[in-house]
This record gives sequence, C-alpha cells and structure tokens, in this order.
Amino acid sequence: MTQDTDHLGRPVVVVTGMGAITSLGQGQADNWKALTSGASGIRRITRFPTDGMRVAIAGTVDFVPVADMSGPALAQRLAELVIEEAVTEAAIGRGGDFPGPLFVALPPIELEWTQRFALGAASGANESVSYDDLLRAAGKGGFESCYRRFLFGSVAEALADRFGTKGSPIATSTACASGGTAIQLGVEAIRRGETDAALVVGTDASVNAESVIRFSLLSALSTRNESPAAASRPFSKDREGFVMAEGAGALVLESLASARARGATVLGVIEGLGEAADGFHRTRSSPDGKPIIACMRHALADAGLGPEAVDYINAHGTGTPENDKMEWIGVSAVFGERAGSVPMSSNKSMIGHSLTAAGAIEVIFTVLTIRNGLLPPTINYETPDPALPVDCVPNVARAATVRHAISNSFGFGGQNVCLVIGAAA
Amino acid sequence: MAHERDALITGIGLVSCLGSGVGAHWDALNPAGAFTPVLDTESWPPFAVHPVAPMDLDKQIPKRGDQRQMEAWQRIGVFAAGLALESAGVKGNTEMLSRADLIVCAGGGERDVAVDATILSGYPKAANPGLFLNERLQSDLRPTLFLAQLSNLLAGNISIVHGVIGSSRTFMGEEASGADAVRIACARIAAGQSEISLVGGSYNAQRPEVILHYEMGGLQRRAPFTGIWARQADGGGMLLGSLGAFLVIESRAHAEARGATPFARVAAIRSDRCRREPGQATANARAQLHSMAAEIDPQGLGVISGASGAAAVTAEEQAFLAALGYPVRATATAMGHSLEPAMPANLGLAAAAVRHGRLFGPLEAAEQAMTAPLTQALVTSWGHWRGEALALVTAA
Repeated sequence: MTQDTDHLGRPVVVVTGMGAITSLGQGQADNWKALTSGASGIRRITRFPTDGMRVAIAGTVDFVPVADMSGPALAQRLAELVIEEAVTEAAIGRGGDFPGPLFVALPPIELEWTQRFALGAASGANESVSYDDLLRAAGKGGFESCYRRFLFGSVAEALADRFGTKGSPIATSTACASGGTAIQLGVEAIRRGETDAALVVGTDASVNAESVIRFSLLSALSTRNESPAAASRPFSKDREGFVMAEGAGALVLESLASARARGATVLGVIEGLGEAADGFHRTRSSPDGKPIIACMRHALADAGLGPEAVDYINAHGTGTPENDKMEWIGVSAVFGERAGSVPMSSNKSMIGHSLTAAGAIEVIFTVLTIRNGLLPPTINYETPDPALPVDCVPNVARAATVRHAISNSFGFGGQNVCLVIGAAA
Repeated sequence: MAHERDALITGIGLVSCLGSGVGAHWDALNPAGAFTPVLDTESWPPFAVHPVAPMDLDKQIPKRGDQRQMEAWQRIGVFAAGLALESAGVKGNTEMLSRADLIVCAGGGERDVAVDATILSGYPKAANPGLFLNERLQSDLRPTLFLAQLSNLLAGNISIVHGVIGSSRTFMGEEASGADAVRIACARIAAGQSEISLVGGSYNAQRPEVILHYEMGGLQRRAPFTGIWARQADGGGMLLGSLGAFLVIESRAHAEARGATPFARVAAIRSDRCRREPGQATANARAQLHSMAAEIDPQGLGVISGASGAAAVTAEEQAFLAALGYPVRATATAMGHSLEPAMPANLGLAAAAVRHGRLFGPLEAAEQAMTAPLTQALVTSWGHWRGEALALVTAA
C-alpha cells in the first residue's frame, strides 16, 4: 500500500478512527477483550415487561442513560458515543467540525407505545380510544418535541449538527445490510473525489416489545429464553434463529493521501465494495444463492483480488437456519475447494444481531481482527451441522495472519453488501 | 456542452391526485380554466388530504399475491416505479434491470389502526398493562404487516416485482432524503459508478398516523384550503398528499447506446442543511444557485418549488424566490406535500416542462404566467423542518 490510488486509479480509502458499543460494552478495547474471550452479551430483557412474550432475550445496551427514552433517542446517544471515540482516535478536524459528510445507518423510526399511551391519556377518552382521540389530543399542543423526535431525519440531523459534518447528512436503511450500505456511500464519496474524509456510523436501539414481537412473528428469533448466552448459535445444527441486539459502530474513512498528509495512523483499508439485490422474496434468499454469490464476487473484483487472497470471512452468520445455509452456499460457490478451510466466524454469536448497526460494527471488528492477528470465535458451536462444513473458529479465538478479509451483510428485503478489508501496511 | 457522463432523465413515473402517468399530470396542470385541486375533506375532518388517483395496479404489479403483500404506500411506489421503467422503455428488460441501481427515499409504512385502537382502549384498564400490550401485539399483529412497514421494503418490493437488482439503497429523512437520493444517483453517474438508476419514493397521506404526526408538530393546515402562497397570509400549514414518483436517470452514453429519448438533463443538484435560524436557509440556497450560475439561462427559466406550506420556511423561500424574479409554481398546491418523494416528483414535472418547452399555468393567483418558452427549470426542496436542496433541469 504505497500508492494513493488503487488498481482502477481511484483514491485508496482507509480507516483512521473507530468507535464501538455493543451489548458487550463500550469502546473498542472492552469489546475486543470480551469478543476474543468468547463472552456473550445476550441476557434477559429487563427494559420492559416481557410477560407473555415468546422471546424474552436480547443483546440490549442498558448501560447508557438517555433522557426521554425511545428507540431514536438511544440510537442517537449510542451514535454520539461511538463517533466521539472514532473522531478522537482519528484526531481529525476540530471539536464539532468534522471535515466531511455523514452517513448514518439507522432503523426506521415510528412513534412508540409510550407516546401513543401519553396521547391517549391526554385525550381524556374513557371507554374506547381511537386515532380521532389522539388527533384531538395532539391538536391541544404539548407534543411538538415528540413530533421532532420521531421524524426520520431527526437522528442524522442532530448528529450532523453536533459533529459539524458537511452537507446534507444521509440516513440509510437497508435492513441488516444498512451498516455496510453506509460504508459504501462513504467510500464512494471519497472515490469520487467529493471529499477527503467521511464519517460513517451504524446505530440501532430497536429492542422494544413491538419490535421483538414483530421479528418473533416472522419466526426469525431464537426462543432459548432460559439460556440467553447460548441462544445465538450460528452454524450449529440446532440453531433456530437470531437474537436481537443493540449497538453502534462509527468509522472515520479517509483517502490514503489525506491520512498520509496529516500523519494519521491507518488502521485498515476498505479495498472493495460489492452489492447485489435479491428479487426473489421479501424475507428469503434466492435458493440458488445468486445474489449472495454476485455480491461477494463484485466486492472481490472491486478490490482487484481473487478469492485466494482472502484469509478470513466475517460472516453475516445470524444463526437462522436459512441465513447460515445460504451464506455457506454462497461462500462455497465463491471459494470452491477452499471454502471449508477459510476461517469464517460470526460475531453475532456473542453480540447478537444489531440489525442496522451490524455491518458497521462487524467491519470494525474485522479491522481489529486483522490488526491483532486474532480471529474472534463463533461461540455456542456444540453441534456441527454436517450440511455446513465451515471452519467457524469454534468457541475459542485463534491466532492467524490476515491480509485481506471480507465482511458480509445480507438484509431482510433482499439488500446484500460485501466489503473487502485489507491490512494497513 | 454534451458529455457522456451527463445525467439524463429518461423515464418519469408519477401518480398523485392529479392522475396516473406524466401525461395525465401535464394535462391536469394545464386545465382550460383556473386550476382546481383535488381534495378529500371528508375522511379526516378538520384536515384535508390530496388522495391518490385510482391506479390500474394489475398493469404494474401483475401478481395479486404481490399486491396483497404490500400496503398502500408500497403499492403506490411500486406502481410509480413501473410507470417510470415503462416511460424509459426498459420495463421487463431483465438484463438491463439486473444491473440497474435503485435508490429509494422512504418513510415508513402503515400501522394496523384497528389493532392500535384496541390496545389504546384496553391498556389503561388492564390489570397487568405490560402483559396486555404483549398479548395483544403477539396475537393481533399480522406477521406480514412488518414487511409492509419497514422503510427498505419499498425497495425490496421493487426488486421483486420489477427486477431492479443491480444495487439497492434506501434513504430516510423526509424531504432531504428525496433530494439526496437524486443527488447521489447523479453523482454516481457522473463519476462512472453507475450507468442507469431508478430513483424515487412514495407517500401515503391517507392514514391517521401521518396526520397525527404532523398535528403533533402543529403543522397541519385547517380550512380554508388555499394555495401554498395564499395560505401564508393566515398562518400557513401543510396539506399532505399521497404520491408516488420515480425517475429513470441514465448516463448520456448509456441512453444513447440504447437509443433512448431523454426528457431532460439534471445539470446540477445540491443539498445542504442548517439550523434554520432566520436567513440560513436562504444563504444555503444562494450558495447553491451561485454554484450552478454558469449553466443558467435567465431568459428561459421557471421555478418548480417544493414549498411545503409550513409557515416560517415557506415565507423565507417565497422571499428568496421573489428576489430572483422568475415565474414560480408551488406544486404542493396541486398535489399536496408528500415529504420524501416531493423532490423526485418535482424533478419529473420540471423535466416534462422542459421537454414541452413551456411552464404549466399558475396554480394560484400569486403565481405569474410565463409566456416565454421554457428552456430550464430550477427545482427547490426546502424541507418543512430541515434540509435545503436546489436542482437545475435543462434540455437534454
């Protein structure tokens, strides 16, 4: 990596700062320690009553206080904390003056039950409460802050304002691929020469009763309520669903030329981006795995690498029967005979599935994997699935030299992103 | 000067209260007499909304199963996307659409209003409120409703129904998301990161949750339901409109290679934000206009304004536009304000006007007629709360 441009003559894009929060803790250091010791962040939900719910476990982030708790309020706070960590590490810009645009991966926003009940109470309706009553209550005033909090643009706007990013902030949602999408947008902007730096963040704080129940109604979640730490079981034969989780990850992306010019430490290189949407079904992948395969191949081609150059796969690895099977089909097709011998572990076995934040968080962990020469394990791997002969780095972290890694993110609704990440030196 | 990386609008898909298709919109905006908007004042009094015109869904979403899997905002969007692909002459072109890029601007989908009302009514009286909420949600929510609500599932449905699968990104954030979707699509085309993109979104205003949201913000207009500019005399306010708008945007090289006839060119598009202290939005707009000054032909210029009607910001935009002196059309008078897809819709109308070589007639008394031929259109998108964008649409 001595040149400022890549094999296609585009600016090389590097990572110069990172910040992470997951159910395992706050900050890169704590997370890395827990992740490589095989700890689980999954626990019983205590934030709200889970009486009567089929699923009562999640990887919540309960250690970050917020005023007027709501999904967007916590998502914003998590984003603020990880951005502060990333910008401090990158030592870029001045406080509140980040020299580039903001791309935020964010879950959809809508009014929550707390606010609906408050409107219902304010309406004074006794017997039955309808939207007409809520409308009447809203018309009396006093809910302006609620309107603003639940605008889709509110989180990105607040972050742009606080960190002084440039231009119109972009909030993106491609379900479980959102974090990857945000990184793509940042890398593309730098490659176009629009900016020397970009701030990318993925954040998700969606663990509330309705969200958990919605995913549960799609039969997507593990129901191992009695043993939370063992509930997320990617690649195991007895896997039965993912575990919802919260968290955030932020990356400062920069052109290599810019990083070099200001003497910044390069943590890793975003070498390639691949994307392919799936037109097969709303929640299921094409049975032939074509979009997943295309997505990984596009990323490798974009990086100017062949599959033989990849030493590690940071799997999407949600632990649903369908996802892990399809990911293996994709990896088998792309890597051929090497497929079972390229280590492929799932961070989600420990942190759960942080949905829109997952792509960003897992790229950060992939950079740490490369830098530390240590592969985080897939925990809870007790019953191998003969149909998925993966080397998932079972249960215990393993030392390895990784020069190039890929990180997969596959979304509900058919949005797939694959990133190729390379070592700094 | 023509350049092979120019971003051309080669397809327009529009559906709103004015009708279905860009032709129907053009006709509705050019009535024989004075323009009269289509309004539903009956369904949610004292509010009014611009209802979507009837859609022949089978033509764009042939499988009834697909139609059933979607809620109204998705059907409106997938329908408009189909119209855009048809207008560009690429609908059903599997090979081309498999490498086409999709950028959708979206809010969220409909709630089950009956389920919400049951919970709202029973919760305060329940012996164990938490249990009551959980049990009702678990037994009353339709599992598939989730898929009709998620922001990214408009894009997902477009991929499934129309086969646009090269890439797929969904932007959220009210008006700004629509402007940024087009801005990013054009930037990618200019840089060679994309050849052909389908860009747009949809909005269903005919549901109580969104009326509630803007009522919480104190932003809804009550009678009289006058035009955007006339409304400013007595407090302003927004009238929401159901709308679907998609554009096919293509590099000139790609459009020429397949013999497409473009509507117009997106010569420039800029977006920014500010805290909306007085004058800040104007300063952003001035900087944006200045950055595209070299492309502007003042003799043939008209303005399509995305003004929402929200009081302070609409007044500021009105003053900014008045100082420029060009003829202006605030299309929310005709179609209502549709948040995310408002900018794509207005770009579509601008492109149609440029291709017709004239601006459509005034939508209210405050708007001046334009007799000179139209060669260019400026399109504004000042979000009702945040975000300022400006685009210049010129002859292809």
